[in-house]
This record gives sequence, C-alpha cells and structure tokens, in this order.
Amino acid sequence: MTALDADPRDVRPAPPDRTGEREAGRPEGPAVAPARPQGLSRFVRDAEGGRKRLDLLAPSIHCANCLRAIERGLPKTPGLISARVNLSLRRVAAEFDPEVLDADGIVAALGDLGFAARPFDRDAMRDLERDADGRDLLARMAVAGFAMMNVMLLSVSVWSGAQDATRDLLHWVSALIALPAAAFAGVPFFRSALSALKAGRVNMDVPISLAIVLAGGASLYETSVSGQHAYFDAAVTLCFFLLIGRYLDHRTRRTARVAAAELGSLQAHSATLVAADGSRRAVAVEDLRPGDRLEIAAGERAPADGRVLTGRSDLDRSMITGESAPEPAAPGAEIHAGVLNLSGPLQIEVVAAGDDTVLAGIARMIEAAEAAKSSYADWAARAAKLYVPVVHTAALATLVAWLMAGAGLRDSIMTAVAVLIITCPCALGLAVPAVHAAASGRLFRLGVFLKDGSALERLATADAVVFDKTGTLTTGEPALIDAPEDPDAWSAAYALARASRHPWSRALAAAAEARGVEAAPAQDLTEVPGCGVEARLDEGTVRLGRADWCGAGDGQGDERRGGSAVWLRLGQAAPAAFRFEDPLKPDAAATVAALQARGLAASLISGDAPEPVASAAAEAGIVDVAARAAPADKVARLEALAAQGKKVLMVGDGINDAPALAAAAVSISPASAADVSRASAGMVLAGTHLAPLVTAVDVARAARSRAMENFAMAAAYNLVCVPLAAFGFVTPLAAALAMSGSSIVVTLNALRLRRAGKALP
Amino acid sequence: MTILLITVPVSILLGGIGLAAFMWSLRSGQYRDLDGDAARILFSNEDAPPGDRKD
Repeated sequence: MTALDADPRDVRPAPPDRTGEREAGRPEGPAVAPARPQGLSRFVRDAEGGRKRLDLLAPSIHCANCLRAIERGLPKTPGLISARVNLSLRRVAAEFDPEVLDADGIVAALGDLGFAARPFDRDAMRDLERDADGRDLLARMAVAGFAMMNVMLLSVSVWSGAQDATRDLLHWVSALIALPAAAFAGVPFFRSALSALKAGRVNMDVPISLAIVLAGGASLYETSVSGQHAYFDAAVTLCFFLLIGRYLDHRTRRTARVAAAELGSLQAHSATLVAADGSRRAVAVEDLRPGDRLEIAAGERAPADGRVLTGRSDLDRSMITGESAPEPAAPGAEIHAGVLNLSGPLQIEVVAAGDDTVLAGIARMIEAAEAAKSSYADWAARAAKLYVPVVHTAALATLVAWLMAGAGLRDSIMTAVAVLIITCPCALGLAVPAVHAAASGRLFRLGVFLKDGSALERLATADAVVFDKTGTLTTGEPALIDAPEDPDAWSAAYALARASRHPWSRALAAAAEARGVEAAPAQDLTEVPGCGVEARLDEGTVRLGRADWCGAGDGQGDERRGGSAVWLRLGQAAPAAFRFEDPLKPDAAATVAALQARGLAASLISGDAPEPVASAAAEAGIVDVAARAAPADKVARLEALAAQGKKVLMVGDGINDAPALAAAAVSISPASAADVSRASAGMVLAGTHLAPLVTAVDVARAARSRAMENFAMAAAYNLVCVPLAAFGFVTPLAAALAMSGSSIVVTLNALRLRRAGKALP
Repeated sequence: MTILLITVPVSILLGGIGLAAFMWSLRSGQYRDLDGDAARILFSNEDAPPGDRKD
C-alpha cells in the first residue's frame, strides 16, 4: 500500500534549503551582499502596515492553557500587536512594531511567560508549509466522501426493493456520480499501481486499482443490461476509506518532516568573510573557497576547515571527535568545520571547503553506510507480498470454477468481481497507516519526532542499543565536582570566572552563585584566550585558567571525566584546582536500565579518551565500552553487531556519530545534535531527557502488536468472506457492510495506541 | 416513484453544496491547526479573527 514504492530515504528531511537565504542576501550577484543583520533580527519579516513579523518555535507549548497564556500574555508586551499560536506545530507568530520592540525582546517576553522560544527561518520551510500533496489527498477524499454518501443513498433505495425501471434509473444516477468520482479519487492508487507494474513488481495498490476499475466497469455493464446487482457504492467507498489511510500516512510523515526541518532552520548557514580592506560581509557556506579569510566570533561554529591566522581561543571539538575537554587554539592551529569556538574571536584562512572538508568526508561515509544497509521491507509491503497473489488466485479460481460448473460468462465474471471487491484490502490499507498515525501522534506528544513509519517498525524489533557519550549520555556541559573549601579562593574565582564565556568559567560562576559567594573586588580583569583570566586583587595577581599557566605543572593526571580542572593561583599561594566533569544526564542510568530490562543489550562507543568513557559507562551501568573510536570505527562496530544478527538502535548527536546513525537499523538523535546527525537519524528526540527513548520503544512495540492484530483481523475477515463471495452469496449490501465494518474495527484498534507506553516514573 | 425525479437531483445538489463548502474551507487554510482550533473553542469569546492565515 502506501509506502511500498517509496524509498524510505526520500522521507528524510531535505537538506536545509538555502536558496531563499541566498536570494535574500545577494540580490545582485555574488559580489554584493548586505552586512548580516545582528542577532535574531535576521529572522524578522515584513508584515502589513509597517509592522514586522517574527515566527518562533516554542517546543514547550503543549496544551490549551499554553495557547491561552501566550495569546493573552504576549500582547501585553509594549510594541507587540498580536500573537497567534499554532498548537499543532508548536509555533508562535508575533506581529510587532519595530519602533518599540525587537526580536530579542519578543523572545525575552515569551521567556518571562515560561516558554523557551527560538525564531526560525520561515522561507526555508515554505515548500513544506504549503503541503500541496496533503491538500490534493484531502480534496480527493472529499470528492470520494461526497460521492459515497450520495451513491449510498441511492443504493439503499435499490436494496430496499426498487424494481425494474426505477432500479435502472437509480443505477444510472449512481453511475453518473460514482464513475467520475472514482476516476478522480482513485488517481493516487492508479498511479502507484502503474508504476509498480512498470517496475515488474506488485504492490497493494494493484488489487485496489483492479477492484475499483472492475467494480465500476462490471456495474456499468450490469446497469446497461438491466441487471439486479451493481457495486457503484463499493467503488467509491473503497476510494474513501483507502484515501483516509493514505492521508493519515502522509500526515505522519509530514509532521515529522516539518519538525525536523524546523530544527535545521534554526541554524545559520552563512559565514563572515573578511575582505582585503578589512570589511566584513556574510556569504553562504557553499560559496567559500580555499584562501578566504573568515572571522569566527566566540560562540560560533567554524563553517569550513581552516588554519588559525590571528586570535587565541579555546575550541570545543566534541561534535567532531567526541572529546569533551576543550583545547586551546593559537595561530597556526588547525580547525575543522563544526568545531565550536569558545572564548575569543578567531580569524582563519580556509584551507578546504565544500567537498574537501572533514564534514564532506563524513557525508561520504553516511552515503556508503546507507548504500550498504539492506533495504527494509515494511509491514505493509510484506503483507502485500503475501496477500496480492492469494487474492488474485482466489478471484481467478472463482471465475474458472463457475465456468466449469456451467454458469454463464456474465454470472461467472460478476462472482469473480464480487470476490475481488470483498477481498479488496480496505482494512489492510488502513491497518498500518492508522497504527503509524496513532503511534507517531503519541510519540510527538512525548517529544519524539518520527521521520517515517519504517523507523517505528524497526524500533519495535531492536535488540541492542549503542550510545554515544558526549552530549548523548552526558549533558555535554561541565559541572563542578571538586573545589577548594577556602572562601577567599571561591570569591576570587567567582570574580574572575564571571568575566569569561568559557564553559568551565560559566559552570564555576554558576556554582559560586549557588553557594552564595561574594565576588572579590577584582581590578584589571583581562581574559587571555587559550589560557584563562587574570586580575589584580589586594593579595596580588590572581590567575584562573590552565594548569601550566597557573604554575601547577602540565595538568596531566587530571584527566577525569570531562577531562579537566581549572586552576586558581591567588598571589604567591599554591595553585588550587577546581575540577569539572561532564555529568551524566539525570535519567541516563535509569534509561539504560529500563532499556536493558526490555531486552536491549547496551553498549557505549565514544571518541573520547578511555578514562572519562569508562567512568561514564560505569555510572550509566553499561559494560560493553569502546573509547577513542573514529567515525569509521563506530560504523565497523555497528556492522559487527549487525553481523551477529542484532538489530541495533543507535543514539548519538555528534558529527562523528552521523555515519553510525546512518548505518544502524534505527537511530535517534537529540534535538541539540549536529545537522548531519539529525538528518541521518530516523527519529529526533526533543528536549534533553533520555527517558522518552524507553517510552518510544514501548510505543513501537505496542504499535507492532496493533498492526499484527489488524492484519489478523483482516485475515479472519477474508477467511469468512471469501468463501461466501466465491459461492455467490455476497450481495452489494453485504459487501458494503463488511467493508465498512472491518475498516472501522481496524481504525478503532489502532486508536488504542494513544494511551500506549506509560512515561517512566 | 416520480417523486424521485425531484428528490434525487435535490440530494445531489445539497451534497454538492457541502462539497463546495469543504473545498473552500480547505483552500482558505482552515485545517492548518486542528489542535489549536479544538482548544480555542473552549475559551470565551475573545478570540480575534486569525491574522496569519494568508499564504
């Protein structure tokens, strides 16, 4: 049925569409580009009457009260004219007066209401918004529904005893409505059946199309010879029910695709180019050439591979390598696309762009992994494979048997057509889409975005789970675990730490605030990128930073998890260490335990150093551990697991995980993950918690049971009805009852999923 | 049974009006936020007409 001839891969989100950005940024060719608007204002669009409009994504919107709180509360912000929430897509559209308010103000106002929100690039998503396919399906469904109701009205008159000329009149009117309606509404099935037949395959749309065409054609012939039975109602009812299934299926995919594209559109795909005269302009990442000079501000990711020309800073390479400890960078240092610049502005020279970057190498590995992955036949495809030959054989056997028994050609054909109509997989066509729609709706509310139905099916059978460490099992943000008790040290450290944007400084400042420490009166605060912060106090010079810079040796032996300590040197006193680690997410251990209880063998494969990996694994309760794994090693380990017959669920977020995510049977990546990782994963986890993973497995397994029950019901229905039809006992009335009844039962069964999978306590 | 000559066209006409109304509502984007609309009906009458429904 629906997914048969669709490659599962073409439902992955399209790469973020950058054409809009380029058109907007470069109206007159590549040489002219306006400076990039600062901060969030680049997301602002023009609205009517001099107003501006901002579209925001607020993932925490989930109920009617959120909607009301925002629509009532937000317009109280000065300068904000109107706010409208889209609850289905968790978005807010705000119109505001640019004289009074700006984009950051709106985000702040939403934050005050308790909703974290981020603007997104609406242009990049315009194609998805329009949803031409969905509207086409809905229109066909409406036509089929209209025809179904009218034809059914006429058919009931026939069934209740209309005779002779009256019956013929009613049949002719039915034909007038049903035939054009079926021709229009059946197009999606005809198209899919034809393309399958052309490719020499058979899918569920073949018997569907055949049943629609034969029901229409045979009834038309019967009507023309004043026959007693006509199946016009069956032809349009079939279209109507099956289009419901088709639309549900479409909506499941679209919701997830939109959600995934939204996440992608949050990221900027431009770089700041420094021209020879020192002026700066924004360019699209694709247009970078080796030799270009770029500026990377603190807090930005490098857009291309390069070499540092000027500036000192610390680099967070965890997205690329999985290493959790930042490392200093000075002129001459190599920097890879995707690396996060932490503390100071850097200027780099691009040494590789486009296809030559590390990122592009990873992309090639993803392609290879996907090509190597065996194609997956989803539940519906497998059912079709069993079902189609049986149906066609049954119809043919009926025809031959009736002819051999001496019945006329017309009677024989009508009976065979009745068999085809009664077996037409109405319930089967709804069985899987209804389950997918109910399950993905359930998962969506849990914060798991499903990219396509097959990911759900594969999750149901997963029996091994592989985690990445940094940013997946751990928070990816340092937390203070060990510090000197001396209050003077604390107050000095606080004064220095709050002056820096380095993640360790921020963690230290947060810890100091939590302790209620008063900052020492520090003077001449200077940040030395790559080293630390320096200031003057009454006691003399204070330094907070790297071990060797503070005179505490080379810092070796401090490689705890997260790798690391910051040292404080107060005057001439001996340096004291503030140690950090990258803590596990609060629910990591519980999630691992719950997954193991569900029969999934857990392992941890990380690119980080062995010590932090081992301690994270011990804390999370994972025994099978591999450290310092390059992207290719991760893929190799997954392939080894697959060779043992395991169906692996991969959970990862880094760019280095992307090939492994593509190679795994099914994969999930957190919303905070790198773009390519989210694109490679079959599911995306919103929020920072891991626990929805467990519920997702439960929902997937429940979905599998519901789908199997639905198949069983459809099979039982056919076992009863096919013999009746083959012996000629089925009238159009009986066919209509059986068809509607089985479809409704199957849908109701799928709806039970809405309560599946209780959240972890 | 001549009454059928009147009732049948009438029923088709009525159905056609319903179909046309559905097509109009589909084109004017009224199915874009079904969850939100389901929630809005619970609020008292202060819901302003949608300002963002143009494409």
